[in-house]
Amino acid sequence: MRRLRVLIAKPGLDGHDRGAKTIAYLLRDAGMEVVYTGLHKTPAQIAAVAVQEDADFVGLSVLSGAHLWAAEKVLAELAARNAADIGVVVGGVVPAPDVAGLKALGVRAVFPGGSSFADILGFFQESGAKEGVSGK
Amino acid sequence: MTGTTYVKEGEDIKEVILESGIRVKPVYGPDDVAGLDYARDLGQPGEYPFTRGIHPRMYRSRPWTIRQYAGFGTPEETNRRFAFLIANGQTGLNVAFDLPTQMGLDSDDPLAEGEVGRVGMAVDTLRDFEIAFAGIDLARTGTSLTINAVASVALAMYQATAEKYGFPLDRISATPQNDILKEMIGRGMWIFPVDAGIRLIGDTIEYSVRRLPRSYPVSVCGYHIRESGATPVQEIAYAFAIATTYIDHVLERGLAIDDFAGRISFNLDIYGNFFEQIAKFRAARRLWARLIRERYQARDPRSWQFRMLAGGGGAGLTRQQPENNIVRGAYYALISALSGTQTQALCSYDEAYTIPSEKAALISLMTNHILLEEMGLRDTADPLAGSYYVEALTGGIEEKVREEMARIEQLGGMARAVETGWVQREVARQAYQQEKAVQEGRITKVGVNKYVVDESEPNVELHRYDPGVAARQVARLKIVKAEREERLVAGSLRELETAARTGRNVMPVLLSAVKAYATVGEITRVFKDVFGEFREPPIF
Repeated sequence: MRRLRVLIAKPGLDGHDRGAKTIAYLLRDAGMEVVYTGLHKTPAQIAAVAVQEDADFVGLSVLSGAHLWAAEKVLAELAARNAADIGVVVGGVVPAPDVAGLKALGVRAVFPGGSSFADILGFFQESGAKEGVSGK
Repeated sequence: MTGTTYVKEGEDIKEVILESGIRVKPVYGPDDVAGLDYARDLGQPGEYPFTRGIHPRMYRSRPWTIRQYAGFGTPEETNRRFAFLIANGQTGLNVAFDLPTQMGLDSDDPLAEGEVGRVGMAVDTLRDFEIAFAGIDLARTGTSLTINAVASVALAMYQATAEKYGFPLDRISATPQNDILKEMIGRGMWIFPVDAGIRLIGDTIEYSVRRLPRSYPVSVCGYHIRESGATPVQEIAYAFAIATTYIDHVLERGLAIDDFAGRISFNLDIYGNFFEQIAKFRAARRLWARLIRERYQARDPRSWQFRMLAGGGGAGLTRQQPENNIVRGAYYALISALSGTQTQALCSYDEAYTIPSEKAALISLMTNHILLEEMGLRDTADPLAGSYYVEALTGGIEEKVREEMARIEQLGGMARAVETGWVQREVARQAYQQEKAVQEGRITKVGVNKYVVDESEPNVELHRYDPGVAARQVARLKIVKAEREERLVAGSLRELETAARTGRNVMPVLLSAVKAYATVGEITRVFKDVFGEFREPPIF
């Protein structure tokens, strides 16, 4: 079984990448293939890398408050590349009222700062299992 | 692992290992400070090596400056928040800029979309500075400008604003953060490559020493490095390695160490083990004095003095039970007060949710007033001096910092350690280990992995982003552009390019450019053309 491929991405200008890097380490330690975009990427750049890397998921990390904007744009850029099957997940400083808003846009899961590793891994492993991809 | 490690047998704590790797004994006594020489290692407050503080009477003669971080949306809103904070007893300003400004992008740049005025004030031209500082006494209120890659531009705008409002340059005091190496390690607001970034910092130091004698052109930040995952020892060691990188660069320009060493300040973090942080600050002060006097042969006592802002603490705050962060903040502020800091800027309890609401910012401000005016933290200098534990710990941390600095030197210095991604990797790996330790319960976070209270989503008042900000900001930019004299703008930008290319100090032409209302974006484009852009080294 092939391994789950996740692109961890920093959309926009926000430079706080502690969370993004921590999640990249977490998923890699759990046996997933992880690519990290680095800082200051546009939604179009992120979608292009996701397609090129054949990612199963894109994890967006946003701490500036621009999460709704970033998620909407990345989802649209993926759709424009016929890659709407790539799941989008959001982490960072996300106030509770915005979680529903993100889900309504089509975001598959939201993990605000302080989320448990078990929940995060559980989500990816379950999603991977559904698609016959190893989340281990 | 970062975070205090406790090895227990039942209820009994067998071993305590601090983040710094120091093992804490159950009891300290005279033997632990047997090698300590008062005159050599502590000195009176205000005397070398300044372990006990840089002023003879410390907070008796002057309380620490309270400088809460603020800046919202448009310059008008920021101006109103400044007035509010000053009216409530804040004694210095600390300007937050939005991300486009920090990245050298104008508000109408497509890359700025969604971010204009979001986490700080939007600045496109000098006009924005003029509005933000209108009615503020710049001769009495010092201002921190939290901006790095384009700190030179912000400093020029601050000077131009002061000139316009009639404040003499030898009375104003600006502290642009202006520490690009730490941006590459922790905060991410870099634009130009390492060497160009250092050169721009050199330009601002050289210029400030001559023209802005009360300003502090660089605030070297261990803060963001620690917030990104560094231990307290690494925080100080990396900050010092960064500071010496800037110092060595400026010395190469022919300035003498005593011309500028006293104008370098530091920004350090206050969360973590209580006594370990206090010892960290005392050790930093002593080590800095020794370094500047012994390695750099500085003769002026002011050059030996370690000036700092101790604040923040964001990485210690929790999303769970956010009200607990008010309590944490009070202890962090106490750490800061016991550290002998010159300035304090405390994180607000709601920062896991939002940029601080007015109420949260006010609580942080009042926390400082309570310490200063109810709790007696102004009464006497360095009250923990002579404590067997605190002195032993201070000595232990100084030694560890020296070792860590030697490691960086072996790697060829901080500029190279950042270019190769060595520091970034070190810090990111530790952040992961720390989070893992919290998740596995090896480091206790109250309300997160122990004493967890079942709570509905906490009721935190969110600072709402006003999408109208961008439109208003872009509209003003248009007006300013229509009113300015294009010939002056183009001419100053050409001169700026020449200065940047030939290695001449850019500050004088930068001042002409901002006075001609050249935009932050236009200026940054000139620099990008000449310097290129930083490429993040891969760390995975």
